This record gives sequence, structure tokens and C-alpha cells, in this order.
Amino acid sequence: MLDEIVRFENVGLRYGAGAETLADLNFTLFPGSFYFLTGASGAGKTSLLKLLYLSQRPSRGVIRLFGEDAVTMPRERLPGFRRRIGVVFQDFRLVPHLSAFDNIALPLRVAGVREKDLEVPVAEMLEWVGLGDRASARPATLSGGEQQRVAIARAVIGRPEILVADEPTGNVDPEMAIRLLQLFEALNTLGTTIVVATHDIHLLSKIPGAQMMRLEKGMLADPTGSLRHPPRPKDQL
Amino acid sequence: MFKFFAIPGHDRRLIPEGRLSGPMPWVIAIMIFLTVLAAAAGLAMTRAIGDVSDELSSRATVQIVEANPEVRSRQATAAAERLRALPLIDEVRLLPPEEIEALIEPWLGTRDLADDIPLPALIDLKLVRVATDAEYRSLREALLEIAPGARVEPSSGYIAPVISLVRSLQWIAFGLVCLLALATGAAVIISARSALNTHGETIAVVHLLGGTDQQISRLFQRRIALDALLGGLIGLVGGAAIIWLISIQLTALGSGLVESVGLDWWSWLIIASIPILGMFLAMITARLTVLGALKKIL
Repeated sequence: MLDEIVRFENVGLRYGAGAETLADLNFTLFPGSFYFLTGASGAGKTSLLKLLYLSQRPSRGVIRLFGEDAVTMPRERLPGFRRRIGVVFQDFRLVPHLSAFDNIALPLRVAGVREKDLEVPVAEMLEWVGLGDRASARPATLSGGEQQRVAIARAVIGRPEILVADEPTGNVDPEMAIRLLQLFEALNTLGTTIVVATHDIHLLSKIPGAQMMRLEKGMLADPTGSLRHPPRPKDQL
Repeated sequence: MFKFFAIPGHDRRLIPEGRLSGPMPWVIAIMIFLTVLAAAAGLAMTRAIGDVSDELSSRATVQIVEANPEVRSRQATAAAERLRALPLIDEVRLLPPEEIEALIEPWLGTRDLADDIPLPALIDLKLVRVATDAEYRSLREALLEIAPGARVEPSSGYIAPVISLVRSLQWIAFGLVCLLALATGAAVIISARSALNTHGETIAVVHLLGGTDQQISRLFQRRIALDALLGGLIGLVGGAAIIWLISIQLTALGSGLVESVGLDWWSWLIIASIPILGMFLAMITARLTVLGALKKIL
């Protein structure tokens, strides 16, 4: 078991010739932990998540992922690492011509899981997110909340070592938001490291053991990189 | 080799496949149609040259030019005897005067020519093999002792300009096939790039879920290969129909050289393989195009 699953050292990210979107990021994520990433819109949450799920390479600094240098890693090795990371995109990014079932099954098929081995887990996952009767529905026929649940199911179906979720509860009602967080918590209990970007401060109190990272203008609010537990809600004080 | 055909159905659905729905199969059909015609022309000319060259390169004609008919006849008979004794000569045929008159009849008419024009005696020779220039020179020298006005004309000399022209046409046909292959490749590149743009979001998602470049490129190369195969078969059928119609018309002409402009079984085999070659060309081009484009993203 690794002591640390992700480590950022002096990481900066710049798009084109503009100013740095992220600067001087130093932090460590540990296996089996639960993290909230907060910050105002434009603070750089999505950019930081892109670095985490290997959609971007940083402009500077070192990122160690699963004990290996993700910055200089050869491009051919990235797919193998990406399969160990589940991602819930802010805009869902479902494949429009595939059914809910096929969208959720996608990571397993990409990983080469045989068809007969994926039918049961995908069906169970559909049931779990409350879409058991919408297996054959295409994304265009699903509501925003249903699409988000498909996106979450797709991110967790492969039992990733890290789950990265960008505003995963943005389009669901409070009850479903709690259910989804419970799913994340259950995954976390099984050892998955969870990173949830959100600006919904009410969520922070729902996971008691979670830690918090707050971004301000592309930098961690605490420059030492030490993480804080989210404030406990007033009714628990 | 055919691994791309083994892509599971659910993976194929990542990129919608509409058979003959886009312009690509029809563009390929036109390219293959033209390639089939150009290749057929080239192959037919190759066969014609081969047949004519084989027939004529080992033949020669001896002309005995002598004004006195009796002397000419005597010299011709003696020359024929001399030639039969040579190891280089396989067959000797002294053409009778009637046959010579028939040869020039289209130009000079049907009246009795032998009395008015001193026609040369002609001896048709079939050699055991293609003779060298030195052997022709020896042949001439041997005949000069018997008939001072004897000329030896290799038959290949008559057909040489025609063969040269046909060879030029052959190269033009080959050039056309190459140009059409390049144009097909360019059409595939445009199609693959267009498909990449159309399905860019799907590709990005598959990529971020851990899909490899090979997995993604296989989907595209399979789709484009099937489009190319379908288009190619349509082009082949169209091209073959045109070749068949032309061959019927050529046969009806009944001219020796034109009759030999036909296609044998191996020529048809090459033509039938054009859609397959086109499919592989399209598949490889699509694969390289897609892999090149994917390398630009992380």
C-alpha cells in the first residue's frame, strides 16, 4: 500500500501564453481519504482536477501519481493510469448515441472486460443510481439529474483507486445528492480516494472524516498545503 | 490482418456506422471505377505487346529484289534452300506471287500487276529464337552470295513504333493508377479527419476513460475499410461492365492486333483485387491519420 497516492510539488498550470491558472500547488493526498475541493467559480478547481485525471500536464512542477512521475510519464502509459481513476465531469460528457447501460459499461469495455462479466455489475449500478428502468434510454431523453447519475455510475463502475468528481451534485435534488455522497462514502470505505470539487458548503459537513482544500485565484488558500477538516455545522457544535 | 473486423459490436457502436450513408463510399466507388479502367487498359496493352512481340520478334522477311522475273524466281528458290540449311532457321516459306499480289491489292487494285511492276520475291522466315543483330548480318551475307539484291528485314522492326506507343500508353495507365491511389488516400484522409471532428467528444471521453490510441484508431479504420470495400465493389462492378462491353466491341472488329487486346485470367484476378487493395490503402491511411491526430492530444 502506498503512503501517498498523489503528490503535487510546486505545480503550476498555464493555458497558452496567459497568466498561470494554477500556481505553486503543494499538497499530498493519501490512499483511502476523502477530500473536498472548494473555491469560488474561476478559482481553478476544474483545472486542478484535470491535472489529477491526466487530461492536462502541468506547465511546471512535479506530480506524482500512484508513486510515479505523471509529468514525464510516456504518453503510451497514460491509458493504464487513467483506468485507475474514475471521473465525474462537470458537464457529464456522456456519449450521446449510447444508452445509459452502454455509457456506464464503457470503462469496463475499454478495459477489456468480457460482455458476460459486465452485465450484472452495470445493471446493479443502474439500480443503485435509481435508473434501473432507464437502461436503454439515451442521454438526450434523460433529465439533467438522470444524466448526472449515469455519469457518476460510469465513474465508479470500475472501482477506481481515485474518484475525481467535479460538482457531482450540481443537478440533483438534495435527497439524491445525499444518496450519491453515500455512494462515494461507501467507495471511500472500500479504499477509494475521493476528491469532490464543489462550491456547495452544505455538502462539506455530510462526510465527517473528509478533509478540505480551498483554492483562491489558482493557489491553495493555505500555502503550507496542509489540509483542514471542514467546519462542523452549527447544529453539531 | 483482419483483427479490425473482430471488434465487438458494442465497441463498434462508439462510432455510429451508417453503410453508404456518407459521400465516402461513393467517392471510393468512383476512384476504384477509374482505377479498374486504367488498370484494365494497362494490362490489356501488356498482353497485346507480349503476344505481338513473341510472335514477331522471332520472325523475319527476306526480299529478293530483282527486275528479271526468272532470275528473281531462281534466286528466291536458291535462297530458300540455303536458308533451310541454317540452324537458326526453323521454318521457311516462299510466298507465291498470288499471295504477294493479294498483299498489295488494297493499294494497287486487282489488275495483273506482275507484268507491270517488278514485285520482289518474299520469303517468310521463322527463327528458332530471337536473333541478334550479328546473326542477321551473317544471314544477309550468306544470302548475298546467292541473291545480290536480297534484304533481310526482322519483323519486329515493322511493329517497333507501335510497341513504343503502346508502352507509352502503358506508362500513362500506370501513372493514372498511381494518381488515383493518391487521390483515394487523400479522400480517406479528409474523411478520417472529418470523422475525427464529428466524433471528437466521444474520442475524448474514451481517451479519458483509459482508451488507447490503438483502440480508437481500430474503430475508425474498420469503419473506413468497410466504406472503402463497399465503394470498391460498386466501382469494380461498374468498371468490369465497361470492360466487358469494350471487349465485345473489340472482338467484333476482327483485327489481328486489336483482337489480342484482351484480358486473361490473371489480369482479371489483378482487377478483382483492386477493391481489396483499395480497402487496405484506405485502412492504413485512416489508421495513420487517426494515430497522428490522437498523438496531438495528451
